[in-house]
Amino acid sequence: MNSKGQKPRLGVFKFASCDGCQLSLLDAEDELLAVAGQIDIAYFPEASRAMRKGPYDIALVEGSITTHHDAERIQQIRSQAKTLITIGACATAGGIQALRNWQNVNDFIRVVYATPQFISTLNLSTPIGEHVPVDFELRGCPINKYQLIELITATLAGRKPNIPTYSVCLECKRRSNVCVAVAQGTACLGPVTQAGCGALCPAFDRGCFGCYGPMESPNTGSLSDQLRALGRNDAEIARDFRSFNAWAWQFRRASEEAERL
Amino acid sequence: MSGQTRTIKVGTLARVEGEGALHIKLRGEQVTDVKLSIYEPPRFFEAFLRGRHYSEVPDITARICGICPIAYQMSAIHAIERALGVRVDPAVRLLRRLFYCGEWIESHALHVYMLHAPDFLGYEDAIQMAGNHRALVEQALRLKKIGNRLVQLLGGREIHPISAKVGGFYKNPAPRDLKALADDLKWALDASLQTVKVVSGFEFPEFEQDYEFVALSHADEYPLNEGRLISNRGLNLDAAEYEDHFIEQHVKHSNALHSIIRGRGSYLVGPLARFNLNFDQLPQVAREAANAAGLTPPVQNPFRSIIVRAVELVFACAEALRIVGEYEPPQQARVEPVARAGVGQAITEAPRGILYHRYALDDDGRIVAAKIVPPTSQNQKRIEDDLREFAAQVVAWPVDEAQWKCEQAIRNYDPCISCATHFLRLKIERE
Repeated sequence: MNSKGQKPRLGVFKFASCDGCQLSLLDAEDELLAVAGQIDIAYFPEASRAMRKGPYDIALVEGSITTHHDAERIQQIRSQAKTLITIGACATAGGIQALRNWQNVNDFIRVVYATPQFISTLNLSTPIGEHVPVDFELRGCPINKYQLIELITATLAGRKPNIPTYSVCLECKRRSNVCVAVAQGTACLGPVTQAGCGALCPAFDRGCFGCYGPMESPNTGSLSDQLRALGRNDAEIARDFRSFNAWAWQFRRASEEAERL
Repeated sequence: MSGQTRTIKVGTLARVEGEGALHIKLRGEQVTDVKLSIYEPPRFFEAFLRGRHYSEVPDITARICGICPIAYQMSAIHAIERALGVRVDPAVRLLRRLFYCGEWIESHALHVYMLHAPDFLGYEDAIQMAGNHRALVEQALRLKKIGNRLVQLLGGREIHPISAKVGGFYKNPAPRDLKALADDLKWALDASLQTVKVVSGFEFPEFEQDYEFVALSHADEYPLNEGRLISNRGLNLDAAEYEDHFIEQHVKHSNALHSIIRGRGSYLVGPLARFNLNFDQLPQVAREAANAAGLTPPVQNPFRSIIVRAVELVFACAEALRIVGEYEPPQQARVEPVARAGVGQAITEAPRGILYHRYALDDDGRIVAAKIVPPTSQNQKRIEDDLREFAAQVVAWPVDEAQWKCEQAIRNYDPCISCATHFLRLKIERE
């Protein structure tokens, strides 16, 4: 219950994104009806045409800011939300669409659209945290639905969520995966990437490609050296760091360093 | 009333994927303008794919859509394999089909029950619907979960799976793990048959349109990954010829490009088109379920697409069950392609309809040019055409009801707006 003795109110908001992170809530098939019993889902247009006004106890925000209108909209959402949580790589790091940040966006518009003057967009795709204070950033492309449920539960209980910030390597060891980098010489971002996926890629015989973004204090310089030793060239290393979390500063710095070489 | 200016507005169209708005202008009883605006901000996938290596493409294009990432992976992989001249093991082909069935089950169960059924039963959403129809919603969630389980098993996770690659899969599933899904899939098949019965009992508005249906067609199977592109008005072409016949128009009110057939105009892709053009290729159990529900091709009422989607659920469960039963691991886990310059095109059947990809590669296997035409941008003009006709039927209704019904007409298409620009705000203006 919130301070007014009502069920806590949840809003789910979307900016530039693929909808996958908010879908995670609907993908929690075993938990969805129980969650809906405990909280009032007041605003969630992907799932409901009942769109009720704030304030909200929790706002889940998906997507990055890429338009003037969205830059204004996030301010309104922040003012309506007691706790604002970003979900996923777009909201937390700018997403794959932040690849424009290294290019001239007008060139990009001309590649895709016949009449560029119809398109209104910002030069940069930026995370929510560059615009408003964020209470918690949940990582992942996509997020892990169990982490989302833990985060909602912890927020409502007023406790710290149990979401680790160590690297994928720890999950890999726990899962008893053979190290793909050491054993097979496969390029793997696991040592610098935050856990959360359960070390999925190494379990499928491939290297981690960084869906959860940089771990707490990653040593990207050392990993770049390791990737070079495995035979990756600088252009490839720059691309390795430049995917869904490309604009996260640690990955951004690593890709720009590789590009300069 | 006649000649009076009236405005009906819906702030945000819900239960669709992505952000858009609908604007209907009425003068008296006349519909003067319909605009489906997609204001979902553009993300420029085709631009930033340039310079990436082909092996990175399936993981990047998956991010166009969290609802149908497998469709984006499959069209990308098939197009690149064509450019590189790669042929895969027949068992890999079968596994891809199974993978796609998982996405169809998940996506169709989501749309039929959670996004579309609430319109027919008069609820704002599935959670509200669960108040009076708990068993139905629980059945939906279990069905959806089984589709997701299948995707997880083959691809590691349900959203943006990680195992599909150009040349095959990073890792093939163990036969015993696949066989372990059989009991769940049998339950899912029964639940899907039950779904066809339930949704065919809904009330449908009288609304039939003369559509050009466009879908893949394959001699031996209901189409998923492969086939010729055909229509009920004589199209019959290979993916490589797609751009000769379909053109994209950039209209001011939308960030999604409108697709039309050259010289003809709008067309319809998705379950209705597939069903009407490929009825004979459905397994017997699905054909019988369709017939019992009173469906015979051509189905021309888009509101009945919910029944067709349920019939496709029957198909996807039956097909998955068949493949799981027959599965033998591929002799060659995956083919390692050799980079070369070339161009490749592919069309696959996403749950919402055909998805076209074209890539040009350089000698090192890097992307020189990319073109992606998602199903919702192909249906966008057709949705506007439907609404132009349909709005006339509801013009005399109370505003709230007219709005809701128009929203439902849009949801007939299961639009995925994240794909097409990739939300819907409905505004009816009377002048």
